[in-house]
Amino acid sequence: MITAFTVNGQPRRLELDPATLLLEALREHLRLTGTKCGCDDSSCGACTVLVNGQPALACTLLAAGCDGADITTIEGIATDGRLTALQRAFGRMGGAQCGFCTPGMVMAAKALLDGNPDPSDGEIQAALSGNICRCTGYVQILASVRAALAEAAGAAADAARPKAAADAQRRAAGPTPPPQAAEPQSAHG
Amino acid sequence: MASRPQSDAARAIIGAPTAMVDAPRKTSGAGAYTDDLAVPGMLHGKILHSHLPHARIRGVDAGAALALPGVRCVITGADAPTAYGVLPIGKDECALQPDKARYIGDNIACVVAESERIAAAALPLIRVEYEPLPAYFDPEAAMAAPAAGWLHDHRPRNIEKEYHHVFGDPDAALARAAAVCRNRYVCPAVTHAAMEPHATLARFEPDGGLTVWSSTQVPYYLHKTLARVLQMSMERIRVIKPMVGGGFGGKSEVCPLEIVAAVAARRAGAPVKITYSREEVFYTHRGRPLQLTELETGAAADGTILAVRARVIQDGGAYCGYGPVTLLYSGALLGAMYDIPNVRWDGYRVLTNKPACGAMRGHGTVNTRFAFEAQLDELAERLGLDPAELRRRNFLQPPCRTVNGLRVLSYGLPECLETVVAASGWRERRTGRAAGAPPAVNDGRGPRRADRASAPSRRHGLGVACSHYVSGAANAVDRADAIHSTVYVEAAAPLPAPAGGASGGGAASDAAPPAVAVLTGTAEIGQGSDTMQAQIVAAALGLPLAAVAVIAADSAITPMDLGSYSSRVTFMAGNAALRAAEDLKQQIAAALARRWNCDPEAIRCLGGQVLGPSGQALSFAAAVAAALPPGAAHLRGVGTYSPPREAQGGDFKGAGVGPSPAYSYSAQVAEVSVDEDSGQVTVHKIWAAHDCGRALNPVAVEGQVIGSVWMGLGQALSEEMAYTRSGQLANPGLLDYRVPTILDSPPVEAFIVESLDPEGPFGAKEAGEGSLAAVIPAIANAIYDAAGIRLYQPPFTPDRVLRALQARAAAPASGQAATAGQDQPETKPGPASGPPPPSPAGAPPQAGG
Repeated sequence: MITAFTVNGQPRRLELDPATLLLEALREHLRLTGTKCGCDDSSCGACTVLVNGQPALACTLLAAGCDGADITTIEGIATDGRLTALQRAFGRMGGAQCGFCTPGMVMAAKALLDGNPDPSDGEIQAALSGNICRCTGYVQILASVRAALAEAAGAAADAARPKAAADAQRRAAGPTPPPQAAEPQSAHG
Repeated sequence: MASRPQSDAARAIIGAPTAMVDAPRKTSGAGAYTDDLAVPGMLHGKILHSHLPHARIRGVDAGAALALPGVRCVITGADAPTAYGVLPIGKDECALQPDKARYIGDNIACVVAESERIAAAALPLIRVEYEPLPAYFDPEAAMAAPAAGWLHDHRPRNIEKEYHHVFGDPDAALARAAAVCRNRYVCPAVTHAAMEPHATLARFEPDGGLTVWSSTQVPYYLHKTLARVLQMSMERIRVIKPMVGGGFGGKSEVCPLEIVAAVAARRAGAPVKITYSREEVFYTHRGRPLQLTELETGAAADGTILAVRARVIQDGGAYCGYGPVTLLYSGALLGAMYDIPNVRWDGYRVLTNKPACGAMRGHGTVNTRFAFEAQLDELAERLGLDPAELRRRNFLQPPCRTVNGLRVLSYGLPECLETVVAASGWRERRTGRAAGAPPAVNDGRGPRRADRASAPSRRHGLGVACSHYVSGAANAVDRADAIHSTVYVEAAAPLPAPAGGASGGGAASDAAPPAVAVLTGTAEIGQGSDTMQAQIVAAALGLPLAAVAVIAADSAITPMDLGSYSSRVTFMAGNAALRAAEDLKQQIAAALARRWNCDPEAIRCLGGQVLGPSGQALSFAAAVAAALPPGAAHLRGVGTYSPPREAQGGDFKGAGVGPSPAYSYSAQVAEVSVDEDSGQVTVHKIWAAHDCGRALNPVAVEGQVIGSVWMGLGQALSEEMAYTRSGQLANPGLLDYRVPTILDSPPVEAFIVESLDPEGPFGAKEAGEGSLAAVIPAIANAIYDAAGIRLYQPPFTPDRVLRALQARAAAPASGQAATAGQDQPETKPGPASGPPPPSPAGAPPQAGG
């Protein structure tokens, strides 16, 4: 059957077996492999994507059920090749160790922040409670989300007070001062 | 290779909080893990697992499966009959079992099909004729099994291995101890549950060579095993490790799918990918074994530990794997963190009809450390000592050798302990209870009786414990003379400058292309090994981090490294990387010394430049060009590392496991409360200090320490491999296995202690495992402080807590009724088993129980 939806802003029409899961459509048919499969039964959150702006688990959603939907995956949130503040914060603050839960974590956090620009720690934890990470103990993940919020707050605030944002970020980071290293992408260019 | 005074340039990189060099690949979703790979013509494999725990395989009929459209072939044990195993003495398993299934989940056959769905649909069409055999799931019962119940013919009574170590005279020392505690501890099996399920893609090349991409921590061991089972030379096989989504030991020996994919690709004449389902990951296991520990510790009245005796039984499951190594670790580190002159340890590794165990974070040491540190808490109470003070009185005095021959040079344990004692407010919050006055009559309700009476349902308690771990094994499992790590650092001739550009002399900028490439066989699995080597090389060559590219874990182009296990990579590959960078620097300096007519020792690499003693300066790229021999395309610095002989331990049987060039140390305080109505334990905070030698990258070290603490917390509170009476794993899923979510996870505050190991790269040693073990006893001890119950079996679930609370309530006032250490109650009320507290004149020697 034909399933049509928008993925990361691009309209897609796929000929799919009706039993095809959204995760299979993304990973195998569209080769968008950033969305991960950690469990295949909705227990880990690694496959979190946004369906019409809401977080959804692609491993237990039929692709056909998403006909007409607007789907966003981890590959679709950077703008002009620049990673979002959330993605950069996960890199900087240690929120990504092995990285396998990271796309799902980032998408779940993005869904929260898109609707709530000033969440409490409890709200962040609730929003990420369906996403399992086996590396970090979640401490640096929470710090990553807070750092992204601090960066957004800093950008929105008076540009003449950059130190306040840096201080806020430092507070958010707890005992870890914010890393100084530049984005090292060029090392792998 | 000693730590050295740092230059300013090195200081800007070493010790600076540094984002992982591969972070953008992870956060963007662009990085490829094995299951993200696809090659043209790729087929998919799905493995048929045994539904019986122990059965002879009489025949496999794949006819109906082969008839399903889209199925290409079915392979069985006959297609890969060569046994393998990570240890030379333990080559007892086949990728697909040819004759016997030994646990529910054992690997019988593999369907290769055009899609994973077709392969899965074909699995139930395979007919296997089994002849059931008696199965054993309890290690002590397995040791008494008749021959028909032996899993392997060459292992009578299902004993894989046993060792008996005696150092000093523990019996005599215990006889003169003022206090002796004796208990039995039961630690159920736990598993890694790395977020990335194992995956392997295998492809035969037109020239007959084999390429394997696999989610492995040990590409080198996989390489060797593929050569053995497929009967090919290693040179014909290329092993590539893509990004790996966590290991924790679960990918540190060869897993069946890694061999099956290659055998299937050969048979099918097409590339084959196999990805485990989450359920299969649980059945593959290779995690921490169930361990029964009978432990006895005795101390003098002043708290000096005189002796420890332990009898350890590990339930290894169906195959050997790392078994004897896991077992030996449970003894080798038992008496090696404190100064204990008399140690007896008897260890048994037993085979049962359950998934095979293996290495898991804190390999072999965790369950013994839990028992010992929990017992120290009892001993402290019996002696009227503060538990932190008891530990203080037994510190090692390095440099030294432990009684079992482990060399200790750096030892940050004292500072770790003081750090968490101060940060947690330990003295203020425990003063007047443990430190001041132990109850004159131990009534089994602990020293906080008055507090409890006033706040019956939500009592907070503090507990302290310590742990340690190796910075890599000093002895490789397969070859005593192996070089443990080799790293190349290469600098290529610069490309011709664009028109008008200078050909040298300008400083390198961050925007410049990588100036050097690090070629390393290490396996980045999320712990940061690529970043660590980039930092070390950048620091040694005075380059910005962005000027260093890391190329890792492709056997066709990178040199051999033993892999990511036993926390060896920073110490061993870090030293090799440092030596490789220094080798490159010496080549550059030798050439420029001739040109500048100076001492090569006077030439420095700094700020992207190479500087002479009299103001000479060249950009790094120009210096490389100047140093290139005629016709050469690049310079290559080579560095190797193998542990020094002095660090390789003694020469008794089993002495090879435990020795390490350096040891990390950790001390932790846990704050918990116990809901006495529900039995729920809540951990409010963990303070964790870890001696990592030097934190090359504090973000990574804190991440490793917190992650280790958290994984130990899972074992302490919720995680357990639960089996039915028929040997079926009852909880093969992330929810049922109860991996803690963010809502279950308390704040963990990490403190870095830097003891500057004299042989570590820039002083660094282990950070990724050593903190795991302390958290379990810290929580157990805090539970006792909160509720007066001793728990001898993690996880400390509400049912176990309630049972212990009920036992406490039922215990007679003397508290002595619950002291039968050998009766193995699952939980027992306080006080500890063993003799009563010493009288001032000294209690008669007594072995407790």
